[in-house]
Amino acid sequence: MPQFLLYLFAKIKKIILHFKKQKKMKEIMTVYYMEAKSARVGGRKVAWITSGGPVEPLIAMDVIPVYPENHGAMIGASKMGTDLCERAESMGYSTDLCSYARSDIACATVNGGPIGGLPRPDMLVCCNNICGTVLKWYEIQARYFNVPLFILDTPFCHEGFTEEARRYVRRQLDEYIVFLEKACGRKMDHDRMKEVGRLSLEGQRLWQAVLDTTTHSPAPMSAFDAFYHLALIVTLRGTRDVIDYYTQLLEKMKDRVAKGIGAVPNEKYRLLWDNIPIWHRTRWLSQKFASHDACLVADTYTSAWCGTMKYIDENRFFDSMAEAYTRIYLNIGVDEMARTVLGMVDKYRVDGIVMHSNRSCKPYSFGQYDIQKIVERERGIPSLIIEADMVDERSFSESQVATRIDAFMEMIKQRKGV
Amino acid sequence: MITAGIDIGSITSKAAVLADGKLLGTRVIFTGYNSEVAGRRVFEELLEELRLDPSALRKIISTGYGRNSVTFVNKSMTEIICHGAGAHYLNPGVRSIMDIGGQDSKVIVIDEKGKVKNFSMNDKCAAGTGRFLEVMARALEVDLDGFGTLSLKAGSPSKISSLCTVFAESEVISLISKGERRENIIAGIHESIAARVAAMANRVGIVPPVVMTGGVAKNIGVVKAMEKKLGVSINVSPYAQVNGAIGAAVLAMGIK
Repeated sequence: MPQFLLYLFAKIKKIILHFKKQKKMKEIMTVYYMEAKSARVGGRKVAWITSGGPVEPLIAMDVIPVYPENHGAMIGASKMGTDLCERAESMGYSTDLCSYARSDIACATVNGGPIGGLPRPDMLVCCNNICGTVLKWYEIQARYFNVPLFILDTPFCHEGFTEEARRYVRRQLDEYIVFLEKACGRKMDHDRMKEVGRLSLEGQRLWQAVLDTTTHSPAPMSAFDAFYHLALIVTLRGTRDVIDYYTQLLEKMKDRVAKGIGAVPNEKYRLLWDNIPIWHRTRWLSQKFASHDACLVADTYTSAWCGTMKYIDENRFFDSMAEAYTRIYLNIGVDEMARTVLGMVDKYRVDGIVMHSNRSCKPYSFGQYDIQKIVERERGIPSLIIEADMVDERSFSESQVATRIDAFMEMIKQRKGV
Repeated sequence: MITAGIDIGSITSKAAVLADGKLLGTRVIFTGYNSEVAGRRVFEELLEELRLDPSALRKIISTGYGRNSVTFVNKSMTEIICHGAGAHYLNPGVRSIMDIGGQDSKVIVIDEKGKVKNFSMNDKCAAGTGRFLEVMARALEVDLDGFGTLSLKAGSPSKISSLCTVFAESEVISLISKGERRENIIAGIHESIAARVAAMANRVGIVPPVVMTGGVAKNIGVVKAMEKKLGVSINVSPYAQVNGAIGAAVLAMGIK
């Protein structure tokens, strides 16, 4: 290795070590992206993976997982989505295509966005439990970067989970390991895999515990805070960092509960958020709801990364991944989605639901009208539908959304007799 | 106690004044460029007409798209709540309101006290609103006031299938060039609006008796098309266009 590269590597390692001592989100994510960007220098491999994909085998193989969807969220939050979407459109992609896909495909060609593009992948791992778009999206990127692609096909669970589905997905998990061993040029350490599985489950339990602190009124954090703290359970599930971070966060939230500190100073109304955040408008939305003394206390989105713990067998983590990764929120029928929502309505004692009908995410938005009806019928809880897009700012109309939120809150106040 | 409501919409601004709950008068003007000026002007003109001194009014609520642009009011509320209160004031038996305004259409279900139980609004698209009708009237060179009665003379309504105002306009233009009768085209336009709003009405679960409010309620063609589509009879109050302003004045009575 040339001298200057060794020097650079040593320098980066020093900075990383410095940051690793800190347990703050920004530092952890900075380290994560720095490590990923310098992976080649350190002799490590980078895999791009879908948000719902099984990351644990990558961690066990010491491959750095990188999430184009997490990157998409960062692009949206930094209001760079429209430019990148327009670029993808000028490349020939349809405006109807998911804005995460559009911004990622465009970003790969210009290394733009808030962090100057993602590190080049050595392999791609695509699991279609979240949507069908990812198949074509990852095929495009596999061609563009000329790297191998692994596809994990998880059958849609209209009702329950069949033995055939379990065998089908379980067999692919073996193929996944073969794929990784070939791409990395070494064998999987199955003891290490078990340990990663244990850490993953512990991380998920802690994340659920953090989210559960909002069952208290006033809620110590809001869904907008969860959107922020979520990054780790998505990207680094199966590592020690996640556990340390959420342990601290849980303590902090418990402390706020004990002191009666709420995320919204004068919490009077409790709401549930559905769908991916409107990343470019989170601050505006948060302030809008707070101005009505309303706190979004929970959401179906951030809880999805700990939503299938009931299917995980701690002692047979690898085997149980087949069921856990197949039965995620976006891969189940509308009736079961509605049952999940009803469960959250009861658990967090909400007065209403705010649904983001997301132009980009069809599987997430598809059942909303039905779920809205079911919740209204079963619990008498009203819901509001906001039409927008998670990244593409062109699909957002501020004054129209403001009127709908104001009217919804006035209605809830009238219903509660205020 | 004298109260007032000001409804500043995207096309027109409306004002209403009540004295101890009795309607004294209403007024409608075009909003134009400056919604703050429009809000002030419609209010002042109404007071002048009623020979009332502004100091007599202590309780005013603004509503509509320009509700936050006027500063001399006590409070602003959304059109949904105001239309609920207005319809209940004019007819306490009413349970559902279909309001089609300049850039919004909405369906509101209220309880026996006039409180909103549920509502649904159009998505970001302006098809199925007053602005859609304005664009079509221009393409057809017909005065908007004549739209309703003309459509009643239609033989068989044309099919306007596009959901987009701009594309629907080009559909209309191509129908004109094919020599389609104007009455049929207008009736087709009304049916397309009715189809969009009826879908919202069904989604929110409309309960009779139903009234229609907003400027578009003045168009008998839309009302008839809507009745046909939904299979319910729809009442239109003479105060349909100022219903939101009346509701705002009613709610202003509750200001402490």
